[in-house]
Formats: sequence, structure tokens, C-alpha cells
Amino acid sequence: MRHLLSAADLSLAETTRVLDLAEEMAQVQARPVKKLPALRGRTVVNLFFEDSTRTRSSFELAGKWLSADVINVSAKGSSVSKGESLRDTVLTVASMGVDALVIRHHASGAPGQVVGWFEASGIDAHVLNAGDGTHEHPTQALLDAFTLRRHFRRTEPDRDTFDGLVVAVVGDVTHSRVARSNVALLRTLGAEVVLVAPPTLMPSGVGSWPVATSTDLDEVLPEADAVMMLRVQRERMSGGYFPTPREYTVGYGLTRDRLARLRPGAAICHPGPMNRGLEISADAADAAGSLILEQVAAGVAVRMSVLYQLLGGEDLPTNRGDH
Amino acid sequence: MSEGQPGEVLVVGADLAGAGRADLLLRDGRLADPATAGAGAERVDADGLVALPGLVDLHTHLRQPGREDAETVASGTSAAARGGFTAVLAMANTDPVTDTAEAAEHVARLGRREGHAQVVPVGAVSKGLAGAELAELGLMARSAAAVRVFSDDGHCVTDARLMRRALEYVRAFDGVVAQHAQDPRLAGRDACCHEGDLSGRLGLPGWPAAAESTVVARDVELARLTGSRVHVCHVSTAETVEVLRWAKGRGIDVTAEVAPHHLLLTTDEVAGYDPTYKVNPPLRPAEHVTVLREALADGTIDAVATDHAPHARHDKEHAFAEAAFGMLGLETALAVVLETLVLPGRLDWAGVAARMSTTPARIARLAGQGRPLALGEPATLTLVDPAARAVVDRAASASLSRNNPWHGRELPDPVVATFWAGRATYRRG
Repeated sequence: MRHLLSAADLSLAETTRVLDLAEEMAQVQARPVKKLPALRGRTVVNLFFEDSTRTRSSFELAGKWLSADVINVSAKGSSVSKGESLRDTVLTVASMGVDALVIRHHASGAPGQVVGWFEASGIDAHVLNAGDGTHEHPTQALLDAFTLRRHFRRTEPDRDTFDGLVVAVVGDVTHSRVARSNVALLRTLGAEVVLVAPPTLMPSGVGSWPVATSTDLDEVLPEADAVMMLRVQRERMSGGYFPTPREYTVGYGLTRDRLARLRPGAAICHPGPMNRGLEISADAADAAGSLILEQVAAGVAVRMSVLYQLLGGEDLPTNRGDH
Repeated sequence: MSEGQPGEVLVVGADLAGAGRADLLLRDGRLADPATAGAGAERVDADGLVALPGLVDLHTHLRQPGREDAETVASGTSAAARGGFTAVLAMANTDPVTDTAEAAEHVARLGRREGHAQVVPVGAVSKGLAGAELAELGLMARSAAAVRVFSDDGHCVTDARLMRRALEYVRAFDGVVAQHAQDPRLAGRDACCHEGDLSGRLGLPGWPAAAESTVVARDVELARLTGSRVHVCHVSTAETVEVLRWAKGRGIDVTAEVAPHHLLLTTDEVAGYDPTYKVNPPLRPAEHVTVLREALADGTIDAVATDHAPHARHDKEHAFAEAAFGMLGLETALAVVLETLVLPGRLDWAGVAARMSTTPARIARLAGQGRPLALGEPATLTLVDPAARAVVDRAASASLSRNNPWHGRELPDPVVATFWAGRATYRRG
């Protein structure tokens, strides 16, 4: 694994390796002293063109707990309006001698373009996609898979894949990078995926995706072993994607009524931040099956695992007892 | 590139646009009787070459005034001459916009000063391309620039009333409205590619094909209502071709152009998010490309026009959604037409002359362009070697910009020499 641009680039073996190592990282997190020396002397830059408290702090902690030098560069606002090209911005940062660049960008495909410019310029820094536009958010899919695997292992300790499980992904699929990465990764892990959305929020060409689709959440819920509720941007209303928040909730929200119709033991996920009362009710967010806080906790362990694997730390960190 | 002084040139043995071999004598800007060639006439051996009337491009962006770092009239028309063009229409979306007689005359004057090709300004339909009020169409038409083609290209004239009034108004001076057909309301403001399977996977907002064909359907009905001429810029979809067939079948005065890139490149090029392939209208799936080739061959699409759109590197080196729209086209247009239509046997040389010279000259009402290669006519022609091929090198371009989608691709390399009114504006070195 040289870069992590897309969840679709991960094989089952690579995915399993990331998740297994993340389990070890999670155990380290439980210790009073969390820091591992694995990436000592390595430099990680979090280059964020879009605000994200959650993802940025998660990557920052992940790097620091692996003893990397981590700096955060906020490049918010369009580089177009600043007169500097994206290529100039990233080459400038990379020229400072960084080992890995964690990029969050509001435009789809930007991290992949950066890899192209690095290759053309002989820069060998690793690039990690921390969310690009409405394209992908691979570490979110990995932490979702990590959380779900833990959840299912509580009743089936030997479960390594998601074979035979049904995961419903509900909401604004069109504009969701979380959904795209999750579709790829859940399929790699063997799950059946059902996308549930009003037709206006279903991506063009979804018929060619390896998923089932539905416009009827109530029909899907009894079949689902897990439901992932996607955040609905309130500005989608001005685009005419749905008439009112009320109507959206009635059709596609995980309401208290629908909570009661979930299968026993079904998991509830949400990538955050939640619009409580819109796509997810407070009852559902705080229900026994809700993994939402576990997802956040898993974020650091999974990102430690990914950084470690990208940067090729020498020793398996948890084999070292000298910290 | 060497530009000859006006003097006699005897072109020996060229195939005249597929009509048979003949000699051509270029004297005092006109075609003269080859039997009267002087002893000092320069002889050009055209054995195996085809002579076409000088090519006419209905659609270029020369960027001057305003973005002289991306292209100038000088560099753009040099590229035109290399591509075999003797006349180019310069779109109005410069800074300032070509929406007054003075602005139009300025652009025409720059073209005359440089002398690589005739530069014909296109006038804006609306003031400042804002789509609200008519620009001074009549004053531009009456100016020394004699503007006949009006377009807000880059923007669609979306307002039906404005489009109707523009069509009615230009009838007074035999003008034509060239529409960038694209309903902006059918896509988000950040649309940047074709809406389809690929855009859904890439997470890029796109224009559906219907954003183009719905506007064309409206505009041909407005042309019927007003009895005026409407021209459809850069047709990119199969559905638009259906509308054009329907309209032409009913005698509506509509013409249309297709850009070379839409004849060969598909939306799949966008998969790597390379902004070189970001263009408006966007590259479409292969099934559209097939239909566009057929429509150009059968005349449903009247002309090839490049939509030559140079951009400075720093305007393309952004995230795909934020990079500038457009690609170079002047130097490679004839090559692409050869590759996609002539070499496969679907368009003959007379057809090329019609689609790339005679018809565009007629649409733009250019008197001295697109004329037959006959005695007394302007000595405005392009010599073509149908067999030559080369790998396109963007660094070798006469354009100031490098956003060349053909870079690294092997294509025909047809243009041997270009003569405008008897003077060589380009000769292969």
C-alpha cells in the first residue's frame, strides 16, 4: 500500500490487515501511556482544504500516538480564489520534506491528482485521502468496518468477513463520499449492500453498482443487520432534492417507530455530525444498538493502522514493551 | 515557420478537394491561369497532396484582450495557420467582452496587424454576457468589423424572451445567433462533466445530455417562430442530433457545429480527474461520439469548429471541479477529422471542404473565405498530406497554452502549407 486514495483499491487481505492492526492499536489506546515509537522521526502533514474537526483531530492523534511529527495546515477556501494552483500548494508543502500527506479536499479526485503531480515531480511522499468532495472517504469506511466487525464478533467471535450480512446505507448517497467508500469496502468484505434513498438522492448510474437499491426504508429495515444513516445537508433542500425536512424524516429518517422494527442486534451507524431529528432520531442515536460513539473511538486506531502501514514502521508496535 | 512575401506561387499537381489533379497559380492574392506562370514563380510540388479551400473555424477563444498570458491574437492565429485555417471567429468572452462596436473593431484590427489569419469577431448577444439585456447588436453589425455572428458562448442564452428578441433583431442584417445550448438549471453550479455512470462513481457533478437538447429544441422552435437563423455551437449529444434532424426536416433555418474532441474523446478520459479533459460541453460516452460522426458525415451537423480554448497552466492545475474549462484544438482539428471520418471512408475531401471551409464561411457570411479553387477566386487554400502521421507534442504548439488533450497521441499530421490571399501563413519546416 503506497497511497490510500480509494477504498476500492484495498483487497480483502489488505483490509483485514488494516483492521487487525487497528485492533492492536486500540489495545494500546486503552493503556495509560498511549504513545508508540513506531513512526519516530517521520513527518505527517494534515493538509485540510475543508474544515473537519473530527477527522483532522483523529488523524492528528493517530500520528502523534505513533510518535510522528504532525503538523496541520489549513488551506481552507478555494486555492483558485487565492491565485495559487493546487499543484503549487501541495508541491510547496511536500518540498518541506514530509513523509505522508493527509489530504482533505472539497473537490472530488484532488488527492489522486496530487499523487500524479508527486510522481511527475519525483516526490515520494505517501498520500492519504481524508475525504475528497463527494468521491471517497476510505478511512471512514475502514473505521465503519472495524466497528461493525467488533459488533458482529460479540455474537460470532470467529467472524472475519461480512459474508451473509446485509448493510443498508440510507440517505443522500449522491453527495456522500462515505457511501461510495463504504459500498466498495463492504462489498470487499462480503456484505450485501442496499442503498436506500429518494430517487433524487441516488447517484446517476447506480444501476451499475454492485448493490441493491430501494426507495422504501420500511421494506429494507427488517432485512438489515446494520443501518448506516448518512448525514443530510440542509442545503440540499434548496437544490430541490426533497420538499421539506419533515417529509424527508417521514420517508427516510431512522425514527423511533422504525427503531422498533430493526432486527434484534442490528447495528446503527452514522458518520457524524448528526442532524438529530432529521435523518436520525435521538432515540435511535442513543439506542443500545447504536455504534456511533464507537465509530469515533475507532477512528484513531484505524488511522494509526493506516499510517503505520503506509509509512512502513519497522516493528509491530505492540511487540515493543519499552514505552 | 516562414512566411513568404506576396509573389507568384505555382502549386503543381494538387488534388483539388477530391475533384482531380490540377496546378494552381497564386498571383496577387488570387488564383490565376497556371499557363501564365512567370519563370520566377516559386514551384511547390504537390504530388500526393490535397488542396482544400482555406479552413474556417467558427469557434475559437483567442483570449485577447484580457488573458494575454494564455493566448494572444498573434499566437492563436499562428496556431490557426498551422492547423490550415485562414479565418477564425473569435468568441466574445474576452475582458472586456466584445459587446460593442469598438471592442469588435479592436479584435479585428489585432487580427489584421498580425496577419496569420482573418480574425472575425463574434459579438456578444447580451451586455457583458450577463444574459439580461441585448448588447448593441446593430452597431456591431454596422461597424468596420461587420459582425454577423452573435454568441454568449461560455454561457447559454437561457432566457427565452431574450433569445427570441436576439433572433428577431439580427434578421435585419442577416445575422445569426450561435447558441451555447446548456440549461444551467438542469445541473448544479459546479457541474463539470457528463452526468452518467462515470460521474456517479467519481462523485463529480455533471450535466445530463438533456441540458443541451432541451435548449436546442426550444431554440429551433424560436427560429421557426422568428424566421431567423440559429446556429448550435459544439453539439455534444445524440439527442441534440435528433432534434436537429427533426428541425431541418421541417425547413427550420438551423445550422450546427461539432468540436473535434467530441468526435474522438469520450467521458472515460475524465476517470483520472485530469483537468486537461475538462471541457464545456463535456466529453460524452462513446454512443454519442458515434452519432456525432454520423451526423457530421450526413450533413445534419454542418461544420467542424474547434472551440479552441487555451488556458494558462495555473488555471488548469486545480482540483478537477475547480479547473478551467476547455482544450486546444486549432492545430489538430483537421487531423481528428481525417482520423475519425476521412480515413475510415465516411467523408470525402469535398465533404471536408464543405464542413471545414465552405459551410462555416457561409454561416458566418464571410465573402472572401470558403471559395472554390477556381480561376479568379481568392488564393486562400490549405495543402494537405493525407498520409503523414505524427505523435502530438504539446510543447511544439504555436499556442501559448499547453492544455492539449492530444498530447502523446499519434494522429494524422496533414497540414503542409496554408495560403491566405496568396501569402503563405504557414509552411511545414
